[in-house]
Amino acid sequence: MGVDRPLTDTVYVTDLERMINWARKSSMWPLGFGLACCALEMIATFVSRYDLSRFGMEVARPSPRQADLMIVAGTASKKMLPAILRIYEQMAEPRWVIAMGACACTGGIYKNYAVIQGIDRHLPVDVYIPGCPPRPESLLEGILQLHAKVMKEPSFRNPRKTRIKAAP
Amino acid sequence: MNQESIGEKLLATFGEETIEETVLFQDQVSVTVSAEAIVAVCRFLKEDSELAFDFLSFVGGVDRYPATPRFELIYQLYSLKHNHRFRVKARVDESEENPASIDSVVEVWPTANWHERETAEMFGITFNNHPDPRKLLLPEHWTAHPLRKDFPLEGTDEDTPDLPREQG
Repeated sequence: MGVDRPLTDTVYVTDLERMINWARKSSMWPLGFGLACCALEMIATFVSRYDLSRFGMEVARPSPRQADLMIVAGTASKKMLPAILRIYEQMAEPRWVIAMGACACTGGIYKNYAVIQGIDRHLPVDVYIPGCPPRPESLLEGILQLHAKVMKEPSFRNPRKTRIKAAP
Repeated sequence: MNQESIGEKLLATFGEETIEETVLFQDQVSVTVSAEAIVAVCRFLKEDSELAFDFLSFVGGVDRYPATPRFELIYQLYSLKHNHRFRVKARVDESEENPASIDSVVEVWPTANWHERETAEMFGITFNNHPDPRKLLLPEHWTAHPLRKDFPLEGTDEDTPDLPREQG
């Protein structure tokens, strides 16, 4: 058709859902908070050597209202749990959770009364990253896995709802 | 003063009724006093001009289960004035009708406040006349005393739950 030719390589046709997913995964802002030593590896991932901004994620938000992704980086103690749940509740939908490191995944070496034996007891975890602590490459791999997951979500037809038990 | 002469001075002042045991091990003297006299002994150790233990380094507990008396309180003292150290112990027992208890030394050294609160929650020992008998570190809703020898490594969901039980 006549209108095609001038618009070649300037207009792309896709479906709305894929477009939304692409926008979400391309600027997924993480919440800037760390709980233990994993936070240092997370910081290393942010800075220039590993450079998380390659994936549109360099803007760590101190406010949960503006964040899309919670990276639970480190040992979550039971005393900390109400604060973590409160922060998660304050994040706007849609929101994702990465459990970074052995402690956040399973409690790690801290098999005792003071530490939560895996943050997935209380939060809906999307990606688990093993390691103690995981190297920045591992975190990047986990984030790319999350991006791939976001691209497959039925974000428009069946938006995800993540409800958790309210923090006391 | 060296440790042995401090021990001798205590014994001369309070007698064998109060000073139950004096142990010399690796150039360090440990004196076990009867639990009823702990405040009197501590006050003497602080106020005597030769001893002048003006700094309480630490208060801690030991669970000697299944021995009787079951618990041991340990007071580590230091004198900034004379640069000497000393260790005082007291033993308390626990039974069905009498929970373990000892008089608080906060009136002698205010710094004992938090040390005693931690010892109280970890071992379940009551400090009589304590000005602020709340828990220090553990969640309010826990009933367990984690440093007791009969406490399981992880605790149970009953006595160390992640979150407080919902009301009603």
